[in-house]
Amino acid sequence: MPVYIIRRLGAGLVLALLVTFITFLLLSTSFEDVARTILGPSATPEVTEALIAERGWDRPVFVQYVDWLVNAAQGNFGVSVYTSLPVGPTVLQRLAVTLSVIIPALILTVILSTILGVWSASRGGAVDRLAQGISLVGYIVPGLLLAIGLVVIFAVQLKWLPATGYTPPGEDPAAWARSITIPVIVLVIGGVANMAAQVRGRMIDELRRDYVRTLRTRGTSTTSIVLRHALRNAASPALTVMSLEFIGMFGGALIIENVFALPGYGSFAFNASLQGDIPVIMGITAFGVLLVTGVNLLTDLANGWLNPKARVH
Amino acid sequence: MSLLEVADLRVSFPGRGWRAKRVEVLHGVSLDVSHGETLGLVGESGSGKTTIGRAVLGLVKPSGGEITFGGETITHLSARDRRRLAKDIQVVFQDPYTSLNPSLTVGDILAEPLVVQGATAKDARARVRTLLDQVGLPADAAERLPREFSGGQRQRVAIARALAPEPKLIVCDEPVSALDLSTQERVLDLFIDIQRSTGVAYLFVSHDLSVVRHISHRVAVLYRGDLVETGQAAQVTSAPEHSYSQRLLLAAPVADPILQRERREERRRLAAA
Amino acid sequence: MEAMTAPSTEHILAIEDAAATSRIPIWKRLLKDPQAVVTAGILVIIFLLGILTPFLTQHGPNDADLSMVNAPVGTPGYLLGADETGRDIWTRLLHSINTAAISAIIGAGVALVVGVIAGLIGGYFGAVTRASTEWIFNLVMTFPGILLLIILMPVTGGDYRFTMLIFGVLLSPGIYRIVRNLVVGVKNELFVDAARVSGLGNLRILRRHVLFVVRGPIIIAAAFMAGSAIAVQSGLAFLGVGSLEIPSFGAMIASGFRNLYIAPTQFLWPSLLLGVITASLVLLGNALRDTLEGSKPTPVKVGIGQKVAPGNDVKARDASALLEVTDLGIAYRGPSGQPREVVRGVSLSVARGEVVGVVGESGSGKTQTAFATLGVLPAEAIITRGSILFDGKELVGLTDARMRPLRGKEIAYIPQEPMSNLDPSYRVGSQLVEGVRSALGVSKKEAKERVLALLERCGINDPHRTFDSYPHQISGGMAQRVLIAGAVASRPRLLIADEPTTALDVTVQAEILDLLRDLQSELDMAMLLVTHNFGVVADICDRIVVMQNGAVVEEGPAIEIFQNPQDEYTRMLLGAILDESAVRADPPAAALAEGVLQ
Repeated sequence: MPVYIIRRLGAGLVLALLVTFITFLLLSTSFEDVARTILGPSATPEVTEALIAERGWDRPVFVQYVDWLVNAAQGNFGVSVYTSLPVGPTVLQRLAVTLSVIIPALILTVILSTILGVWSASRGGAVDRLAQGISLVGYIVPGLLLAIGLVVIFAVQLKWLPATGYTPPGEDPAAWARSITIPVIVLVIGGVANMAAQVRGRMIDELRRDYVRTLRTRGTSTTSIVLRHALRNAASPALTVMSLEFIGMFGGALIIENVFALPGYGSFAFNASLQGDIPVIMGITAFGVLLVTGVNLLTDLANGWLNPKARVH
Repeated sequence: MSLLEVADLRVSFPGRGWRAKRVEVLHGVSLDVSHGETLGLVGESGSGKTTIGRAVLGLVKPSGGEITFGGETITHLSARDRRRLAKDIQVVFQDPYTSLNPSLTVGDILAEPLVVQGATAKDARARVRTLLDQVGLPADAAERLPREFSGGQRQRVAIARALAPEPKLIVCDEPVSALDLSTQERVLDLFIDIQRSTGVAYLFVSHDLSVVRHISHRVAVLYRGDLVETGQAAQVTSAPEHSYSQRLLLAAPVADPILQRERREERRRLAAA
Repeated sequence: MEAMTAPSTEHILAIEDAAATSRIPIWKRLLKDPQAVVTAGILVIIFLLGILTPFLTQHGPNDADLSMVNAPVGTPGYLLGADETGRDIWTRLLHSINTAAISAIIGAGVALVVGVIAGLIGGYFGAVTRASTEWIFNLVMTFPGILLLIILMPVTGGDYRFTMLIFGVLLSPGIYRIVRNLVVGVKNELFVDAARVSGLGNLRILRRHVLFVVRGPIIIAAAFMAGSAIAVQSGLAFLGVGSLEIPSFGAMIASGFRNLYIAPTQFLWPSLLLGVITASLVLLGNALRDTLEGSKPTPVKVGIGQKVAPGNDVKARDASALLEVTDLGIAYRGPSGQPREVVRGVSLSVARGEVVGVVGESGSGKTQTAFATLGVLPAEAIITRGSILFDGKELVGLTDARMRPLRGKEIAYIPQEPMSNLDPSYRVGSQLVEGVRSALGVSKKEAKERVLALLERCGINDPHRTFDSYPHQISGGMAQRVLIAGAVASRPRLLIADEPTTALDVTVQAEILDLLRDLQSELDMAMLLVTHNFGVVADICDRIVVMQNGAVVEEGPAIEIFQNPQDEYTRMLLGAILDESAVRADPPAAALAEGVLQ
């Protein structure tokens, strides 16, 4: 087992190296634009070139990348071109904001999807049609419109919740909960629409399998058949969906943070990208890859626990 | 001279899991098939009988030994030479529900091997009519899809496809085990009629001793990748010498309560001994 | 498994239904589906408006007229009003349709081309090729796409077409997975092997035999991907990623959002149109899926019991036997909706301690009859008539809850396919313990002791090891012993065995039949044995019931039926058995030729 984890972590590191290198390679084509963005429209070509030389952007790309990598390996991700704040701590701080929205949203999505999926697969009829309808509505309304719609209703019209802004949970948990409520609802509606359909489909398949018939002939109770046997076998594929859902929410959060003015990872990435803040972009990329690797590893381990055939030795 | 000769054939598959050892499923099997002859290959699951057929067809790569067809070594042929050989060696598979492409009409399925061999569309159509007639299917079957036929009829289509290029050898991999009892006998009789009229040879793979007995001239018994007994069909299937062949024979129940009771007691005696 | 089994009744019905619908071309079937027609119609109208933009507008999309800032709906020349900088909303809306269409075409197109090609290659060729394509696509898949699109903004220079190109690549793993899985499935189909044996090259096999399978799923995926490409493009434009010159729904929504309190309709129009387009694409995708892949099974309430047609008033013949089935009818609904009977008035009885064999070919209804007795018919089945009396108690119409006291305890079941009848996620032992406890209500410890003793009794040499194994760790013969142990754990009075040895090798079959015979006499159980094999019947049964096309054609003591069958069909079946006398007598062709030469 430890060997497996080490191997997976190693593969994750290789992935991180590759993605950061490609990002750096692509960004290196735009160093000149970035220099001009920094200096403003009035800068002469000479001044621009001087800045490029000063930053070392005229050196071979590979040398620059290795330079960045050596520093990053020691925990030093450089400082922002604009704010001169250290990149590492800032990225972590922004990531914390985003995760404080995504993690509650993911937990709620999994719980609601499981309930909805299992319920509609094991009850059928009107219950199933209702659940299907809920899924469909969540699926066809774009997240962006949903976000704006909820802000208009709950924040602007009813004034129940703040429209925008963020309070860290350490400062005032109640205010934090209120500040993330609408973003979480938006993410959960989109997520449940997708995941409940998956759980439902898997459950229907499982409930039609031979072993379920055999369990019934042994007098096993319906509750045990649905929850202990069918759900456990349906859970393993649903888990893969969950890890993709996490990645999807991470992407979706980027747009939603903007609507709600949350100081998260997405708005940070967006601003850094607009300004061409190369050290920040590189830091964001590196942490993004490591996060995804971690989530995938956890998914695999959980999968092995659920599914004895996939168990890694 | 034999049509097909298999000498010391070994096949191994990659083991499951990371860096697992290869698993050898055939440990040096030798057999031969003459022109117009049926060699029955009988064994249980894991005996490697299907693998022998697939190695002859070039669908698995042998890890050792030699396969000779019509005097030519065909153990490791290039893709192009293998395609040339398609004219002479054909196949009928077990499952009539997956061995025919569900989206092609029976006519297209039968014409495919002919067109590959360079026949014109018109010649192919004429040949398809002859083939359908040969396997006892109506001429309008060519326009229909495989799923409109019963299992036995589909297996007739598969036989017609194998016959299309007028091969010298057909590898039959459990061709009747998915069929109902009454259909089974009729399809087996079709195999025999075709052999009598065309002189094609069969390498006939089956787990069922009674099927093999019905169609084979000679029979080879496989057990866990080794050939344990070869001989004339009547002798091997009725009075086998090897203890495994005897067990196999006595394990198959006969459709007669009184005879079966005797057989059961004989089997128990043998097991106790 | 060794002996391939003949298709079940349900399988045959499914094939017949498929054959009935397969004659109608797909586009004709789609035209009959209102959801497909309406959504496709809406999309055609919207995108036609986009194409006709030059003829429908008087302004350019970026023509700003300061006198028209926030002009209301209906202003002359400004049908839907003007936005915060005095641009015509109608014009910008039509141009946005084109932006959305181009986004969809680029995004979905790139994803399809990349995903399909890579999927065909990765699925069809060897392990090394597959491993490397797999690695690359996993890499793409695990990265949050929108983050990458934002990060690469300095590189793309804000051109949405370039962004959509990258987005297409990011979407491609989804297509890759679908195509690869389908291709791997098809590649192992025997018809591809047959094509290879016929001398077809790889390219030809891919084109002729593989591509057709992926066609349907690709069309479906294209609809969904077009929807997500449009949604993502709008989202990015809303954020302000990309050129401000390009009119798009996202940019219009952002502008409307800023002006929400001054002129709410500015926000309404682009939102409405964007919503209608993405919703239509998703609903069209769903409609395509239903038509191309056939409707998926709908769920039914678990534990509700078997469906019984109303007005059933058949009375049992007499209740002296342990099991008394009288005039049983079972039907399934055909493609046109009317029920078709697959079991038509079956009557049979099993006395206490008697072994009855139900023999017939595929489609004879023998398994359906057994399932009805156990109360586990598929949800689609309807009991049209008849009665099933067990020990005088009527079983037809009972729910699972009311069947439970009988199940396991009084009536037990041994299935045909041992592997698929064990839950793959639980150890063998815990599955049996659960069964014993729900049937007998004993303590966990007692149940475990009982199961271990039973495993040993059923011929398992190391019961502790088997107890702790997962189903995939034991052989088929072993799994069948486990299932038998589970069935006889509570000393049932009736054991229903459905082709219990068909999936096993003959040598294992003989051992299992021995075990069943010993257990039967030891426990004095009655047995209902469903089989197609007359040898098995001859080995173990006291009485035989012969079935054909859902009806009983003959029944009687085993010896009598074997020696003196009365029914035509029974005689035909017995005559078709390849017995020991059927040895091939004619010499091979080569020997004949040699004989002539000599």
